[in-house]
Amino acid sequence: MVKKIKNLKEFSLSNDRFEGANLMCPGCSHNIIVREVLNATNDPVIVATATGCLEVCTAVYPRTSWDVSWIHIGFENAAVAAATVAAAYEVMKRKGKLPPATQKMVDEGREPKIVAFAGDGGTYDIGFQSLSGAFERGHNFMYVCLDNEVYANTGGQRSSSTPIGASTTTSPAGAVSYGEKMQKKSMVEIMADHGAPYVAQVSPSKWKDLVKKVQKGFEVYGPVYINAQSACTTEWKHAPEDTIEVSDLGVESCVWPLYEIINERDEHGIIYSTKLNITYRPKQKIPVEEYLAAQPRFRHLFKPENRHIIDLWQKAVDARWEYLQRREEAGV
Amino acid sequence: MAKRMELNEVEVWDGNMAAAQALRQADVDIVAAYPITPSTPIVQNYSKFLADGYVDGDFIMVESEHSAMSGCVAASAAGVRAATATSSQGFALMVEVLYQASGMRLPIVLTVVNRALAAPLNVNGDHSDMYLGRDAGWINLCSYNPQEAYDLTLMAFRIGEDLRVRLPVMVHQDGFLCSHTAQNVRPLQDEEAREFVGEFKPVNSMLDVANPVTHGVQTEEDWHFEHKARQHHDLMNSVPVIKEVFAEFKERTGREYDLVYKYKMDDADVAIVALGTTVESARVAADRMREQGIKAGVVSFRVLRPFPFNEIVEALGDVKAIAAMDRSAPGGTFGMLFNEISAALMAKGKHPVVLNYIYGLGGRDTTIQMLEEVYKQLDECAKAGEAKYPLQQFIGLRGPKLSFY
Repeated sequence: MVKKIKNLKEFSLSNDRFEGANLMCPGCSHNIIVREVLNATNDPVIVATATGCLEVCTAVYPRTSWDVSWIHIGFENAAVAAATVAAAYEVMKRKGKLPPATQKMVDEGREPKIVAFAGDGGTYDIGFQSLSGAFERGHNFMYVCLDNEVYANTGGQRSSSTPIGASTTTSPAGAVSYGEKMQKKSMVEIMADHGAPYVAQVSPSKWKDLVKKVQKGFEVYGPVYINAQSACTTEWKHAPEDTIEVSDLGVESCVWPLYEIINERDEHGIIYSTKLNITYRPKQKIPVEEYLAAQPRFRHLFKPENRHIIDLWQKAVDARWEYLQRREEAGV
Repeated sequence: MAKRMELNEVEVWDGNMAAAQALRQADVDIVAAYPITPSTPIVQNYSKFLADGYVDGDFIMVESEHSAMSGCVAASAAGVRAATATSSQGFALMVEVLYQASGMRLPIVLTVVNRALAAPLNVNGDHSDMYLGRDAGWINLCSYNPQEAYDLTLMAFRIGEDLRVRLPVMVHQDGFLCSHTAQNVRPLQDEEAREFVGEFKPVNSMLDVANPVTHGVQTEEDWHFEHKARQHHDLMNSVPVIKEVFAEFKERTGREYDLVYKYKMDDADVAIVALGTTVESARVAADRMREQGIKAGVVSFRVLRPFPFNEIVEALGDVKAIAAMDRSAPGGTFGMLFNEISAALMAKGKHPVVLNYIYGLGGRDTTIQMLEEVYKQLDECAKAGEAKYPLQQFIGLRGPKLSFY
């Protein structure tokens, strides 16, 4: 059942399934994203979470911030955890052995939504195998990557999501280094290429876009991947109150384009159409430099010897934006 | 509803088929598995049961053993019966999640077909994988033949799922010598087996959306120790439940199991302690020794964890010399059986000669003649009242003799 949301005030008054009483840093985007995802539906939700900031800050015995069923196993297995809960749900539904309250909700058309949350470390790196396997098998669940482009929980080490030039604790900027050397991995396309029915990139700053995509994801059957920009006050080193502003700079500069990829399938599961839609188009694309300047993790790029990395950034972002627009125009 | 399989009173099954049949009869809701020699036929057999309509749970062919065990953890936390099978490298890949399964108190059943660990890569049987997982907080049951692999797998569900226990259970069988050796097995009929195993009793089911529950929390120095202590407490206190289940199984089938297995120990002077199929060879060797006037016996662990401290000492009685036979590379010390048996005996004030034999690594054949030789060495020690051989010897090894201590 799709939840109707008129405005932010009404949205903010939804019952919290994820309590603000947790140990996350002030200004952390994870909080915002998780609330936006869980509040996007009135159906029951079951959550699996990878080891990471979200997990260590929300389920410290004897307390929990979760008012939904929740599981954490390890760092690399959130996808298989959620996928197998989804499989277990289907087995018990088929056998007519669901718990009575759950059966009642199912009878009312409110099937549980099963969601995995993991950081970019648990998604792009150590959890990638489990994620790829679960998507290949086609389980009915949603996987949300809280992408802060760094191993924030362990003190800011680089991941394969860390963008070029970022200074992290394992790719620090120094006298002879501009920081991270690699370009960020293209996770959205990789997951779309698994044949997932719905894949999207979102930012918590564009909450309506985020909620709409999550709702679309909940409506399809099969694995859904949502890549959520998660500005990290601790590792991006911006002020806690600037989280949404920094996120917006990412969106307005097209560093973090908002788009979706829909793989439409026939009744046999064969994909007959792949469509990429850009869901937000900045009125005036701002220079990447403004996004970088807002985050001290990129401060060293503004030294004369590193300026070429900023130029490289702009080139890469322009090329990618161009690529996305072409795909959208071509309807592929 | 799954189709019922008509079984003969006596079936000819290898250990893998025996384990697969037990999983089928236990009506497992989720089997998440990954193939690996020599346990592969378990998942192949199970897939075929599913394809033929004999299974109404789900079989998830995951992309690794790490995901197999993770899937079992998630399924069990979701409140459904979960089981899997593995060996060797696959077991090693699961190890992280084995600790999570027991720490989260989830009654998963894992059938382990024991195989050597690389390097060098080796697909044959030894107990390296069993030893790797022995501290993972699981109940460990040991079988020596396909019948026992079948029986113990069925019993594993009852033991682990008992609300007084709620712990995962491994059932071990030897790679190839048990897993691929067809023998007579007397199975229960499907309805008898189902009645014995019973319905799964969900605890804190994640699927019960009216009662949200948090699984897999963080605890630090304030609570971690209490959790692990409680887990150990309940593992140690699973013994009465194991005994109850063994007793009920005996009532139904006439087949008797105990924490410790004994063969001709009543008057024994010397004893071999071993695990797996070697127990059966040792029985034959003991009989031959007895023909030569050496009072030989065999002791084995049916339940390796929780460690049956009193029972193992009692089983060894007043034997004068013991061979602790470890089929796993000892990695710079004595083998596990030597250490644990010696410690138990010493704690009870007993001081027989205990020798440690490392044998059969990577599937090296261990013949009855070799075991007879072990008994002869023990006999010498028993008569002398002291160790006449090095405390640790490698037997069946090519090249010069290797011994330590």
